[in-house]
Amino acid sequence: MFKNKKFNIKEFLSENAVPVVFLTLSIIFVYYSGTQPAIIMNDVVARFARNAFFVLSLLFPVLAGMGLNFGIVVGAMAAQIGIYTALALELSGLPAVLLATVVCIPFALLFGFLSGWLNNKTKGQEMLTSMFVGYFAHGVYMLLFLFIIGGIIPINVYELVLPSGVGARSSLDLTQIKGALDSIVKVDLFTFVFILAALSAVITVANTIKNKKLDVTKTVLTVALVVVGVAGNTLPALSMFKRVVKVPVVTYALIGILCAFISMFFKTKLGQDMRAVGMNMEIAEVSGINVNKTRITANMISVVLSAFGQIMFLQNLGTLSTYTAHQNVGMFAGAALLIGGASVTKATVPQALLGTFLFHLLFNVSPLAGQNIFGSALIGEYFRVFIVYGVIALAIVLHAAKKASGKK
Amino acid sequence: MENLKPVLEMVDVKKSYFGNQVLKGVSLKVMPGEIHALCGENGAGKSTLMNILFGMPVIHSTGGFEGEIRMNGEVIDIKTPRDAMKYGIGMVHQEFMLIPGFTIEENVKLNREPLKESILGKFLGEPMKNLNRDEIRKDTQAALDQLGMDMVPADKVAGLPVGYMQFVEIAREIDKRGVKLLVFDEPTAVLTEGEAERLLAAMRALADQGIAILFITHRLDEVMAATQHITIIRDGAFVKYLNTADTNVTEISALMVGREVEVIERAKHHEASNEIVMEIENLEVNMPGEMVKGVNLKVEKGEILGIGGLAGQGKIGIANGIMGLYSATGKVTFEGKEVALNNPKAAINAQIAFVSEDRRGVGLLLDESIAFNIAVPAMQNQGKFLKKYGPISLMDQAAITENANKYIEELDIRCTGPNQNVRRLSGGNQQKVCIAKALTSEPKIIFVSEPTRGIDIGAKRLVLDTLVKLNEEEGMTVVITSSELAELKSVCDRIAIVTEGKVVGVLPASESDAKFGLLMSGITEGMEG
Repeated sequence: MFKNKKFNIKEFLSENAVPVVFLTLSIIFVYYSGTQPAIIMNDVVARFARNAFFVLSLLFPVLAGMGLNFGIVVGAMAAQIGIYTALALELSGLPAVLLATVVCIPFALLFGFLSGWLNNKTKGQEMLTSMFVGYFAHGVYMLLFLFIIGGIIPINVYELVLPSGVGARSSLDLTQIKGALDSIVKVDLFTFVFILAALSAVITVANTIKNKKLDVTKTVLTVALVVVGVAGNTLPALSMFKRVVKVPVVTYALIGILCAFISMFFKTKLGQDMRAVGMNMEIAEVSGINVNKTRITANMISVVLSAFGQIMFLQNLGTLSTYTAHQNVGMFAGAALLIGGASVTKATVPQALLGTFLFHLLFNVSPLAGQNIFGSALIGEYFRVFIVYGVIALAIVLHAAKKASGKK
Repeated sequence: MENLKPVLEMVDVKKSYFGNQVLKGVSLKVMPGEIHALCGENGAGKSTLMNILFGMPVIHSTGGFEGEIRMNGEVIDIKTPRDAMKYGIGMVHQEFMLIPGFTIEENVKLNREPLKESILGKFLGEPMKNLNRDEIRKDTQAALDQLGMDMVPADKVAGLPVGYMQFVEIAREIDKRGVKLLVFDEPTAVLTEGEAERLLAAMRALADQGIAILFITHRLDEVMAATQHITIIRDGAFVKYLNTADTNVTEISALMVGREVEVIERAKHHEASNEIVMEIENLEVNMPGEMVKGVNLKVEKGEILGIGGLAGQGKIGIANGIMGLYSATGKVTFEGKEVALNNPKAAINAQIAFVSEDRRGVGLLLDESIAFNIAVPAMQNQGKFLKKYGPISLMDQAAITENANKYIEELDIRCTGPNQNVRRLSGGNQQKVCIAKALTSEPKIIFVSEPTRGIDIGAKRLVLDTLVKLNEEEGMTVVITSSELAELKSVCDRIAIVTEGKVVGVLPASESDAKFGLLMSGITEGMEG
């Protein structure tokens, strides 16, 4: 019946209303911010790199029916424990990042297990639960860093503890690991586009050989990338982009690997179980799927990925606010995912990537745009806070409305 | 037969919910390769017995049960649905156990997906192996073919008509290998006659392969046609084990209800009149699976009008559209005034009442008491059962309870009292609560959709009798939508047949079955005038 469905602009807009609105808003704001687009681009490229993991980590709980996992802050805490350990052992550079990663994994798994277990006790209220898990964990985290560190576990590095010798300093300098991943290979924007084009070409050829049919979409994509790359290297109008925008290749490679992992994951048995559990727990249970275990697994994966995300974030930022760095991680990631057009029950990798991009673009330009439109940077500042909470509230309301109408 | 061991034996099973004993010692014996009917009224304990057999959480969270379950002579312990599956027990549920967002094939293979090697699987083991999509499709197609259903495995379940969903469910059970016992819980309740026949044929084919089938149904002609043995339970107690060959429909129904069942006949019939109480013009309703595509219908004052037709043709959509539950266009006039569409409140305020076919979803607040459920619409829309204290209105509990008690007695709602939650009532009793709810708002016209779907003979009679009584004693106009033509013919004055979203004809109920049959298949030639 629907086979002859044609592309309908009205339908497209209504189905993708949220990203379209935010894209329009972004364009207006970029225009009014009065900043060179290349400079904005460079900042967004960096912000995207340090936040994409968080947003992608939310896909697992969303698809397993637990909504936005605001509890990924516990993953960020695990990462901070890892980073602190690396600092206490006076490591620097890549070894420090690797050690932090190794140390954070068991913590993240444990935290993910516990919060997943709690989620199973409060089915239907996972978003609320995970949010309060974050607040509660913050208290435990404070206890660890204010009292146990230095108080029970002796720390010999002067810069890491308060002058009294008990408790971690509230702001830690991460100069020794700043850019440990980002700076391995950095290329300009259009070289990066060529790298993407090469990758895309390889995939296209592989697909074509495998299916014995030319993969048209991918071919078009490859050609488009090549065109962009060539244009960037030759057109004077784009030379600013070439000079200013630097892409951390390793970080983006890791994000690419994660995306590939996610799309492979949801083709596996466990991924299918997760989707089944997400759509209807009762039916999944009757079919013999271990619902609780599947949900805990989804939660654990999410928390571990967010821990990796926080390590990537901190190595990019170069400072660690010991007591606050983790606080808004869940909220911001959730908002980004929703801006990409996802809902609290359905989300895809492209939505996560698009959302991360749009969210951080807005985040970057809104203070300056506010300054230029309303004469006050504060309004832009308020606006971006409003976006975060507003979009989450809107998504939850829409979800409830959809659920109600779906009952008919 | 004596030397053959039964596949399944349930011995002296007892179960109470919150002090209310619903099973008082039921025994059941199913032989391999037979189709065995389990008959009983709604509320007799069939569903509870099946929940026990399937290890549903509701049993074990309320204190377990007494008695023994044996398979092939060995005592087994079923604590979860997973255990039941392990022992080779499959179930086709009365309420669909399908995930709407998944495709047919994904549902058929849910948690039994064939796997193949993958990169992740090599490192991380079984759960990370990829699904073998080709095999999933092949197996699903084979199961659908076995049922003779022309469905596309890659279609989503969400948009399918109800009757098709049942076949998906059955395809899933057929696809299970190593299954020894299949329970069909009222599989034909939502199927059209043709679909039901195909299902019975599929059941026989399965039984011939040695699979025992436990068949729960209210359609006694199907029991007679398909089964070898019958177990009858009544009010939670074992009544009789019968050989199908040695019995007949009258005996079975008598044993089920414990009294003789007569055919429902009306004392007096409505005289054809020209007084039109409701006029439906060009009504289109966008109800998935039951699309209405331009219905014109006149309802005469004081009649019982039936709306019949095959499942999925749109008959259900008419009442839902008038009541504003699904988006609709067209014109509906009631007592000379136009009723606003897409606005449930407008319909209720016009004193139009509706008993939905979806009693658990639309009809009831499952976790509220019987009394509250009955009172809610009248309270919300007419300000009944409220005590006013200046600007503040409070619920009048005494009046609500009194009203509930009246209907519990009148409609014979079997419950522990007006404060029992409706979730724990059986289907038939829930339906009676729905009707009580509609009556409390004192409507002038009442739409009843599928009033007897999934209801036993005794309750069916009560429900239909109630509707007839309303019509005769209070002159209420009644519009009944039902898939069961015989039922419509027994109570209605006129019957409109809906095919492909349109009324193809309105006939007096006394017309022959053949004429109705022709209308249902869309043949209207020679019917005009």
